[in-house]
Amino acid sequence: MFKIVEKSFLQDIVVRMVIEAPEVARKRKPGQFIVLMIDEQGERIPLTIVDSDSEKGTLTIIFQIVGKTTAKLADMKVGDHILHVLGPLGHATEISNFGTAVVVGGGVGIGVAYPIAAALKKAGNKVISIIGARTKDILILEDEMKNVSDRLLVATDDGSYGFHGFVSAVLQNLIDSGEKIDIVFAIGPVPMMRVIANLTKPYGLKTIVSLNPIMVDATGMCGACRVAVGGKTKFGCVDGPEFDGHEVDFGLLMSRLRTYADQEKQAMENYRCESHGK
Amino acid sequence: MENKEKTEKKEKKEKIPRQAMPEQDPKERIHNFDEVPYGYNAELAMMEAKRCIQCKKPSCVAGCPVDVKIPEFIKLIAEGKFIEAAWKLKETNALPAVCGRVCPQEDQCEKVCILGKKDEPVAVGRLERFAADFEQDSGNIVIPEKESPTGKKIAVVGAGPAGLTIAGDLIKLGHEVTIFEALHKAGGVLIYGIPEFRLPKAIVDAEVNYLEKLGVKIVRNAAIGRLKTVDDLFAEGFHAVFLGVGAGAPVFMNIPGENLSGIYSANEYLTRSNLMKAYLFPEFDTPIVRGKNVAVIGGGNVAMDSVRTALRLGADNAYIIYRRTEVEMPARIEEVHHAKEEGVQFKLLHAPVEYIGDENGWVRQMKCIRMELGEPDASGRRSPIPIKGSEFIIDVDTVVVAIGTMANPVIQATTPGLEVNKRGYIVTKGETGETTREGVYAGGDIVTGSATVILAMGAGRQAAKAIHEHVMAKG
Ligand SMILES: Cc1cc2nc3c(=O)[nH]c(=O)nc-3n(C[C@H](O)[C@H](O)[C@H](O)COP(=O)(O)OP(=O)(O)OC[C@H]3O[C@@H](n4cnc5c(N)ncnc54)[C@H](O)[C@@H]3O)c2cc1C
Ligand SMILES: Cc1cc2nc3c(=O)[nH]c(=O)nc-3n(C[C@H](O)[C@H](O)[C@H](O)COP(=O)(O)OP(=O)(O)OC[C@H]3O[C@@H](n4cnc5c(N)ncnc54)[C@H](O)[C@@H]3O)c2cc1C
Ligand code: SF4
Ligand code: SF4
Ligand code: FES
Repeated sequence: MFKIVEKSFLQDIVVRMVIEAPEVARKRKPGQFIVLMIDEQGERIPLTIVDSDSEKGTLTIIFQIVGKTTAKLADMKVGDHILHVLGPLGHATEISNFGTAVVVGGGVGIGVAYPIAAALKKAGNKVISIIGARTKDILILEDEMKNVSDRLLVATDDGSYGFHGFVSAVLQNLIDSGEKIDIVFAIGPVPMMRVIANLTKPYGLKTIVSLNPIMVDATGMCGACRVAVGGKTKFGCVDGPEFDGHEVDFGLLMSRLRTYADQEKQAMENYRCESHGK
Repeated sequence: MENKEKTEKKEKKEKIPRQAMPEQDPKERIHNFDEVPYGYNAELAMMEAKRCIQCKKPSCVAGCPVDVKIPEFIKLIAEGKFIEAAWKLKETNALPAVCGRVCPQEDQCEKVCILGKKDEPVAVGRLERFAADFEQDSGNIVIPEKESPTGKKIAVVGAGPAGLTIAGDLIKLGHEVTIFEALHKAGGVLIYGIPEFRLPKAIVDAEVNYLEKLGVKIVRNAAIGRLKTVDDLFAEGFHAVFLGVGAGAPVFMNIPGENLSGIYSANEYLTRSNLMKAYLFPEFDTPIVRGKNVAVIGGGNVAMDSVRTALRLGADNAYIIYRRTEVEMPARIEEVHHAKEEGVQFKLLHAPVEYIGDENGWVRQMKCIRMELGEPDASGRRSPIPIKGSEFIIDVDTVVVAIGTMANPVIQATTPGLEVNKRGYIVTKGETGETTREGVYAGGDIVTGSATVILAMGAGRQAAKAIHEHVMAKG
């Protein structure tokens, strides 16, 4: 059993939670994730470890409510227990001093981008972060990102804050301005990662993306998480979650993510009815 | 007079036919996940037990990888001493309720039963199941005496049949035993792979509970190689480590379209259904595709389990696509028989070459090619050869690839000095399970490649002896 020790809403549908999991907290490296299962009937879902405190033995997760499990998790209270937490999983981000690193985070992906940016900074890189959201109200972790970046650029789709437009346009401007960039990390919704990867490809600019395929065991046993990279099938959970963005088949990833759309909708509706009735 | 009695007795024995096991009607059972055979009742069990002629040199025992005392336990059943029969079984077999259900008896104990020469062999497996279930149902489960504590700590990685067996053996010898299991439930393939209708999960849970009662500590959600390495375990004070991690990584065919939505590995399909209880969605949260036209690729137990699961999930057409003929099919005869009764369609001498999807990335069709059998290959089976130009299309909306598994490389990659063979399986010295790392032992599917429950258990038993000697010799 894994106790929830902190919980807050960063935005309407974005929750930050701190969970007790001492052994995982001690071992985890930036880029790794956990799989959690709330209760006996629950689904196993993967979430990135945004931060950890090995002394307190805690992990921080940030998640967006998109379906039943994340809704159920968001309804849990401080002091409640999550039945199962497995981790740390996946390869850690390969961090070294690349020179200038650009970290692009979109939506809840900023949570995943944050530990990577922090680690890059610590390794001596010049870190330029670009974060974006649909609108100002749902932008998260701005201050945290600022603290670990040499420069922080913000964009909103509706222009309510920062640059009016997509993070990809900000990156394009940065490249056009003659900034010498050595590596790009792009983490966010699949369409965003696809656009960024397409943008950097002609420049031969190395771009790492963090993929979020559907997972079950996340130990390499089932193959639910298969993604195509460079024409080869890889398992997102054990070969990733990070891959060379120029090699990823994003179309396949998107269609596989929709596999259970009908059932997910049904589960969410049932859950909303049940919790409404309470 | 004496003579007459003898012949009478003999005649009587020969008259008893092998007792059939009552089962759920195929028409009924394809709509539920309940166990298919009900098992013998006391009367049937005693009748079947009386068929055994109590051979002085029982050939059946030689056919059993863990040397179950077959004539002895059967005699106890014939005498109505059911609990005693269960205890007799447990002297050499830690999981009789499991083995009685899933052992390929027709290739093991029953294959060499003397009665099988002229007539049908004694139903050793069914009797084993009966005695084990009787003990379980009676609630009269004895906790055996443990040796006095040795002060030695042993780590077992993986809670499959190999790991569970070695844990049971070592705890009885007085060692402190901790099992580390990656999943949230113990049991290995018994819990995530083999379906409820063939092996009820309550039986596996009961065995796991029993071990915990004996004092075995089970740490779930502990993926060794990730949470901690084998070296970390030694640093924590474990005196020996046993690796029983199975051969859990799925194999795909690498043909076009294999990553379309609706195409599963058997591991994923069965894990969703069994471990995550997706067949009870939406009561349980994990979804599974309930296809109408389901093709399962392969001809082993895993393929049979998948195709029968597909039927129970509501398939109208459930196909087995196998590239050889029924003779070469590795699945147990009983499972093939059950699958046929349930209406599975066997497409033998067929192989998929490509999957065709719709605009949303869903599998809609499968292109197959017909095969013919050529010369025997290295395994002695006649190898299938594609017939040129024989391709044709089958409509499918779900595909389950059940063509085998391979070693998961996580442990090997994080344990320096652990030798593996070309295919990634751990190399051991003979039967002891000793690896190239001192104090590290291995057994089960991770050494042999996918095999059977009873062989994994046998490997666990052998390694238990070796580990006991190793840790005791070190003083
Ligand atoms: C390595 C990894 C790290 C992730 N990190 C984060 C994170 O830090 N914060 C965050 O908000 N989200 C993260 N995700 C996505 C998160 O796992 C899904 O949002 C979550 O599983 C949705 O579950 P649900 O029941 O609430 O929604 P559902 O209604 O079940 O699904 C909504 C959508 O989420 C995706 N999804 C569903 N089930 C799974 C599953 N078992 N595994 C993966 N995706 C699934 C599908 O695209 C689906 O359409 C991560 C995913 C991966 C693979
Ligand atoms: C669907 C199916 C049907 C089958 N039917 C039959 C049958 O009818 N009869 C028969 O005799 N055999 C059958 N088999 C084969 C049999 O189940 C296996 O041979 C047997 O389970 C192998 O046992 P094991 O202990 O070596 O490994 P497994 O049962 O595979 O158990 C290994 C365990 O180790 C865990 N693990 C893996 N990696 C790690 C790690 N890094 N850290 C911690 N834990 C880890 C796994 O999660 C798993 O629980 C079947 C197999 C399948 C898949
Ligand atoms: S364990 Fe298996 S092989 Fe041995 S007697 Fe029992 S059923 Fe037969
Ligand atoms: S070989 Fe057959 S008849 Fe003989 S003891 Fe074994 S089970 Fe009984
Ligand atoms: S999630 Fe099962 S293999 Fe990756």
